[in-house]
Amino acid sequence: MAHAYTPGLKVLQHSKVKKERRLPIKGEVHKNIGDMVDADEIVAETKLPGNVHMLKVANRLNIAPGDINDVLSINEGDSVKKGELIAETQGLFGFFKTSLQSPISGTIESISDVTGQIVIRERPLPVEVDAYVSGRVSDIIKDEGVTVESDAAYVQGIFGIGGEARGDLEIVSGSRDSELTIEDIKESHSGKIIVGGSFIGIDAYKKALELKVRGVVVGGFNYYDLEEVLGYRLGVAITGTENLETSLVVTEGYGNIKMSERTYNLLKLHDGKFVSINGATQIRAGVIRPEIVIPLEKGEISDVIDAKERNLGMEIDSLVRVIRAPFFGKIGKVVDLPSDLKRMESETMVRVAEIKIDDENIVVPRSNLEMLQTD
Amino acid sequence: MKLKTILATDCGSTTTKAILIELVENEYRLTYRGEAPTTVEAPFEDVTRGVLNAVMEIEELSNRKIINEDKIISPSKNDNGVDIYISTSSAGGGLQMMVAGVVKTMSGESAERAALGAGSIVMDIIASNDGRLPHEKIKRIRELRPDMILLSGGIDGGTVSHVVELAEILAAANPQPRLGQDYKLPVIYAGNKDAKDKIENTLGEKVDLDLVENIRPVLEQENLEPSRDKIHDLFMEHVMQQAPGYKKLMSWTDAPIMPTPGAVGSLIEMIAEKENITVVGVDIGGATTDIFSVFQGKFNRTVSANLGMSYSICNVLAESGLDNVLRWVPFDIDRKELTNRIGNKMIRPTTVPQSLEELFIEQSIAREALRLSFKQHKEFAVGLKGIQKERTISDAFDQTTSGESLVNMMDLDLLVGSGGVLSHAPRREQSAKMLIDAFMPEGITQLAVDSIFMMPQLGVLAHVDKKEFSEDARKAALEVFHKDCLIRLGTCITPIGKAKPGEVILNVVLTLSDGTIKEKELISGEIVRLEAPYEPIQAVLKPSKNMDIGDGKGQEIETNIFGGTVGLIFDGRDRPITIPTNQEERLKSIRSWSEALNEYPKN
Repeated sequence: MAHAYTPGLKVLQHSKVKKERRLPIKGEVHKNIGDMVDADEIVAETKLPGNVHMLKVANRLNIAPGDINDVLSINEGDSVKKGELIAETQGLFGFFKTSLQSPISGTIESISDVTGQIVIRERPLPVEVDAYVSGRVSDIIKDEGVTVESDAAYVQGIFGIGGEARGDLEIVSGSRDSELTIEDIKESHSGKIIVGGSFIGIDAYKKALELKVRGVVVGGFNYYDLEEVLGYRLGVAITGTENLETSLVVTEGYGNIKMSERTYNLLKLHDGKFVSINGATQIRAGVIRPEIVIPLEKGEISDVIDAKERNLGMEIDSLVRVIRAPFFGKIGKVVDLPSDLKRMESETMVRVAEIKIDDENIVVPRSNLEMLQTD
Repeated sequence: MKLKTILATDCGSTTTKAILIELVENEYRLTYRGEAPTTVEAPFEDVTRGVLNAVMEIEELSNRKIINEDKIISPSKNDNGVDIYISTSSAGGGLQMMVAGVVKTMSGESAERAALGAGSIVMDIIASNDGRLPHEKIKRIRELRPDMILLSGGIDGGTVSHVVELAEILAAANPQPRLGQDYKLPVIYAGNKDAKDKIENTLGEKVDLDLVENIRPVLEQENLEPSRDKIHDLFMEHVMQQAPGYKKLMSWTDAPIMPTPGAVGSLIEMIAEKENITVVGVDIGGATTDIFSVFQGKFNRTVSANLGMSYSICNVLAESGLDNVLRWVPFDIDRKELTNRIGNKMIRPTTVPQSLEELFIEQSIAREALRLSFKQHKEFAVGLKGIQKERTISDAFDQTTSGESLVNMMDLDLLVGSGGVLSHAPRREQSAKMLIDAFMPEGITQLAVDSIFMMPQLGVLAHVDKKEFSEDARKAALEVFHKDCLIRLGTCITPIGKAKPGEVILNVVLTLSDGTIKEKELISGEIVRLEAPYEPIQAVLKPSKNMDIGDGKGQEIETNIFGGTVGLIFDGRDRPITIPTNQEERLKSIRSWSEALNEYPKN
């Protein structure tokens, strides 16, 4: 039989988190297998080819493109400085010469006698990749990067904005169903990753931005507030490249939704620890969810990796959460998994699960359920 | 040798679908189908795993042994295996291209048409006159990392320097392919033939350059075929080689693997040509909406890359505006609540509408996604621009220009919908209504949906080149298309013109196959549905003096029309459809149109 998957976000007390740290183009890798690295440590670097400038020499000197080599004082591969003379016409009897200076410092990449233009390339731009999480280098990708492996507690959110960030974790909301308000966010949170309960409104998030809080982890956020933060309406859930001071990780969804008990308790357990978060989300094939990685210290590492880390199918007694109206956000236990298709109110015929919520049995399409991974 | 069993798969980005076609009593029919999650990504990273899983479902259902030692048995032996195995693919994001042309609306547009027709997503069009400075173009090319670039520009014998300048920009950007760092990016040159040497000098060492015939040899003519074929070849040779497991899959198939939308397009093109009809086909997916059309014998395809029902659902909202979505919703809802609900569908794309309220919302968004995609299609599917036309005095009064849309709704014969929201709507009436509301057909138009989105597999089947099977394969593709692929919804009949509310705009006399005669008057603003099966029905349609049903104002038409699972739909609403702005009147109209079609449950 074909395999069936049930979507679920990971909330793991102990996991072997593997992070591939790769350069955009080939370069130099600084680490070897087995090296221990800190989150901020540079593991690989390269030089991106510099920006190019195209200079229409023939046009500027009013000559035919084919004559370009007669006026140039430079060759392909030469280095030039900004303001350096690169071309000059002969003029009339040595008078009325027209000349051209290089607009930038760089290298002459090409000279074309078809279009009469030259290409000057600026100096290369250095690019570095850090380890992102502390741990051990478990693999080397030749000339491209490394894989860092870390024993860590690991939490996935459902949606986020902003890229990678690091800082000390601080639980700010007293409970998983309380809202993170503007009054809750204080100057002392600057540079930290703060955790709220069910929701953060736009004003509170703006304050976090202002105070340079490095990250906010919260149950819910309003979809329509995203426009104010990003400056545009988010049409497709592909994020991570926004230039935001404060990355946001939403653990449950849009709206005011209390954070799942397990997520909240796990984060609370590690209050004060140095953590890495990433708001990058990609909801397409090759799904990427935002995450919080909390590297564990030696004494905290148990021998047993979270047993439920594997992607288990839904079964009787599985703990599940409804992820679509009309029961959105409710958590229950599976009591029956009938194999026949059932007709919903919308008349859609679907595979369902019968789940028990607050002593009441309800029927929900299986695809509207999310597994809650428990220990 | 007679072709008896055909196995075809479509490896989508989330699901791999397999179908088995067999020769049953001298007719090709779809007999079994199976599906399984696509396995391009970790932990499997081998597309063939998903293919085998989907085929295993067929094995279980058909009791036919098709797989042996993790391989498909082909050719068949003693009732085991299949005669041919073919596949399409859009896994891993499909084929992503960038095109470049000298003039954006001329060679740029021709290059875009060729790339789209081959089944790719066009990430950007770089043109000499696109308003961007050279360094901005270079930055953009570097960021995009396409799978392939199509470079065109200049008519044969025309100026050389502009297209060489584009090549210099490409060379300076030194673009890297999206998948894999160890091969050179494929670039196809399809421009002025006189520039070939210079293009080779400029780009030859940096990219994997292929030279094909000019896409626009003269202004008045487009020559897309050589570029399209080359795109398909390179898709197989380069892009597919980089995707996990595709080398193995390619060794199994009896015809080249085609990009999914390319296969659908070629099927629609074939049907339009064989039956001499005009067709519009739409495939609305989670992330994108593809529209295909054949008008005046010209095929066009567009991809609305960010209009879809799950991954891109919020983009539909952003592009159409909340009010345009809300106008179709037959109840009051808080605007903020609605945006959060739609946002939650985007971040949890696999959920389905359980309540009727959720279904209303989803189908309202679908109408807007389809409407916007079709609008983009109409703007793209135009005649060639930049052509000088001989004009008479009467043309001058018509104000016609080159580059007019080829899409003429009054000429449209067949509108085919596919994709989850249309193919799997709980009631077929809902599919028909969504198609009518979004596409607004005029005159007489047949409506259909692709039952399980089989068009990709049938498209590649129609292109099997193996000598001994090619004729049978084409026959099989056509037979299965008509008998198993399409679900005929019926015919939409819409008179066009200006009418007062409550005015009779069409008189209808129908003679059914059993001889029964039905008469009907259609009143302006209403929808009337008559149940009728898919069989020819003699119809006399007489529009009122200001209305046109296809032959001009007030002109009567006698023709055969076809019913279907929904039947005959007489649509008396104007074009574009006017929805009252007053809330109470809007709800009344929306509900009465819906009731006329029995679109939703009564309560």
